[in-house]
Amino acid sequence: MANESAVFFSRLLTEFTLTFHIIYATIGVGIPLMIMIAQWLGIKKNDEHYILLARRLARGYVITVAVGVVTGTAFGLQLSLLWPNFMEVAGNVIALPLFMETFAFFFEAIFLGIYLYTWDRFENQKKHFLLLIPVAIGSSISAVFITMVNAFMNSPQGFDIVDGELTNVQPILAMLTPSMPTKVGHVLVTAYMTSAFVLAAIAAFKMLKGSKHIYHKKSLFLFMKLGLVFSIATAIIGDFSAKYLTEYQPEKLAAAEWHFETEKGVDLVLFGVLDEGTQEINYEIRIPKFLSFLAKSDFNGEVTGLNDFPKDETPPLYIHYLFDFMVSVGMLMIVLSLVYVWGKIRGWGFIHKKWFSWLIVAGGPLTFLAIEAGWWLAEVGRQPWILVKYMKVSEAATSSDHVGLMAALFGVLYIILGIGSVIILRRMFKNNPVEKELEERHNEDGEHK
Amino acid sequence: MNIEILGISVLWIFLFGYILVGSIDFGAGFFNAHGIMTGKQHILSKVIQRYLSPVWEVTNVFFVFFFVGIIGFFPKTAVYFGQPMLIPGSIILILLCIRGSYYAFESYSSRGHKGYASIYGITGLLMPAALSIVLTISEGGFVNIVEGQPLLDYKALFTSPLTWSVVLLSMSACLYISATFLTWYANKAQDFAARNLLRKYALIWAVPLVISVIGITVELKSHNLEHYNRMLDLWYVWAVSALMFAGTIYFLIKQTKFGLAMGLVIGQFILAFFAYGISHYPYLMYPHLTIYDSFTNQTMAITLVVTFILGLFLLVPAMWLILKLFVFNNDYAKGKEDHHA
Repeated sequence: MANESAVFFSRLLTEFTLTFHIIYATIGVGIPLMIMIAQWLGIKKNDEHYILLARRLARGYVITVAVGVVTGTAFGLQLSLLWPNFMEVAGNVIALPLFMETFAFFFEAIFLGIYLYTWDRFENQKKHFLLLIPVAIGSSISAVFITMVNAFMNSPQGFDIVDGELTNVQPILAMLTPSMPTKVGHVLVTAYMTSAFVLAAIAAFKMLKGSKHIYHKKSLFLFMKLGLVFSIATAIIGDFSAKYLTEYQPEKLAAAEWHFETEKGVDLVLFGVLDEGTQEINYEIRIPKFLSFLAKSDFNGEVTGLNDFPKDETPPLYIHYLFDFMVSVGMLMIVLSLVYVWGKIRGWGFIHKKWFSWLIVAGGPLTFLAIEAGWWLAEVGRQPWILVKYMKVSEAATSSDHVGLMAALFGVLYIILGIGSVIILRRMFKNNPVEKELEERHNEDGEHK
Repeated sequence: MNIEILGISVLWIFLFGYILVGSIDFGAGFFNAHGIMTGKQHILSKVIQRYLSPVWEVTNVFFVFFFVGIIGFFPKTAVYFGQPMLIPGSIILILLCIRGSYYAFESYSSRGHKGYASIYGITGLLMPAALSIVLTISEGGFVNIVEGQPLLDYKALFTSPLTWSVVLLSMSACLYISATFLTWYANKAQDFAARNLLRKYALIWAVPLVISVIGITVELKSHNLEHYNRMLDLWYVWAVSALMFAGTIYFLIKQTKFGLAMGLVIGQFILAFFAYGISHYPYLMYPHLTIYDSFTNQTMAITLVVTFILGLFLLVPAMWLILKLFVFNNDYAKGKEDHHA
């Protein structure tokens, strides 16, 4: 019999770990690309500011990568500790991307070590730059492999179950599930987008705090441009995700959109308040027929409603808010970065005003909250399944006692690591501001000459 | 050789890799913390930091590789080890999280911070102790199948002298391996003060190592006679391993050939680790689980093996590069170059 408190606390602990780890994982996937772009610009334009930007980013990145690596390790092993029955199936069918991920991880770790300790070791800067490529590829590919496992949980395939026994396992097919392309794409571009907007927020914040250095201006413009590109990419892939859901996980889409009756020409409901008993929605914003359009690319397309599914196989309805929040932040960031970049080209004055800079600063934490909302949506939206249509969360969990205690311990741990890493990062950059570092470099160069 | 044995061999080799580099890593952190507390930091921390900094993340990957690999090749271990290991496994993870994070906090931002260095030094030393519980559990007698669910008998585990002998072994082996390695590394860096201190540590920790090995031999005989007898069948391997140990001690006392001494340490532990592993065959956990009844399906097994071979083509050159740049590079070890970002 399933141990109900163990199931509850296993879910809680997994939620803690995912929520905490995903912050560092997102940075871990996105920042190497940002460092790469900055360093490349520095080499191409022969501009020491971009080189220094890359170097400072790399220094901060080490701290986040450390926390990301250890919490990722925790997550990986916790899957076996908390969901042993699921991992037994996963080991049989979806072990391949997990295994490949460790190689990507090895690759990234090795080259990161080399990259960090070889600044200025090479005469030719480009050689040092080349070491960063395996780091960026390794971290992004890791994300690809791990997301493949998550995709498998949503749209499992590549095996048969005959008389309760797994047969006909096809590892490659299990990796290439229908939800894989949209999920992988979404995870990657949102990681790049979030990293860009966080770095833009930091630059904007520095300028608000009175720094007039050109370094911050260059940094802000660069990351707003990158943020714009990746937020548009996110919207495009998000649209494909909706079409995927319509076809393969219509109950997830219907719950996220509060769409109850199967019909044609369905409105898109934004926010609002739901009376679950009567399924009546109040105070919402309605965009006529837009859900049909998003789901089917046809304003009169038919979208399956939630009432067509068994009650015990549909997710909780609060995921609607998670979905709306995520999409709203995405849209806001497209507009914000578009206005900034366009304004910069056109010479609009208001983008340099304080209120606009504060908006950019707010964009940093907001995109992170959107990442969290997105993952909660993905995971809660799959309930009650851990492996859709094959295994429920309650069947997968450990039957050990004391899961609650472990959840409490890890909760405390994550708070300590979270606060610790923020303090360390602040100290690192406060004690060594850009102006000081540039000056020191110039002095050093002077001595050499 | 069948594919089950191939699978477990690959995992066992990587586990040995983790034990080796992990021991060096955890021991170094402990010596560093110990140095800070006893005021000998100026002697040790430079050589330790130089070695540790670029490689710690790679060490961690060995661990991930092992537990991901074992789920891939032997999925039933998720149930037989994952479920009973909830608390010990969580403790391992908490230690690992603190150790890794505080290591980074200290070395990349607050070098010399006593609190941080102590935290990661102590949690690092507790890591092998916590990890060693897995090996103890695999000897059987601590996991009971209750209504089809494997559950850990905590009382039996923590009152067994075997458990504590293995804990002692894991910690003293960790410090012994680490001290010998760092003696060699310090010698290479021509940091003789550090070398002499570390050499002393290596000799000190050899003592509890011997005691714990004797303890385990006695305890295992009464705990798991089948395994004990199979270990005795391999007496010649153990004998060579013991000779290698004696050789290391000889060179350490004579203060010569530190490279060879380190080579003998590796040889000693490879032989011991594989003699232990081979005599454990075919059980993953006595008496519930063997490598055969927990093995994955043939398709997955072949796919994993092929992936592994392809992965090695990436891994081996990359490993060679990092070793060449930081471990076997005299200029780097001496601290002539500082190219950190």
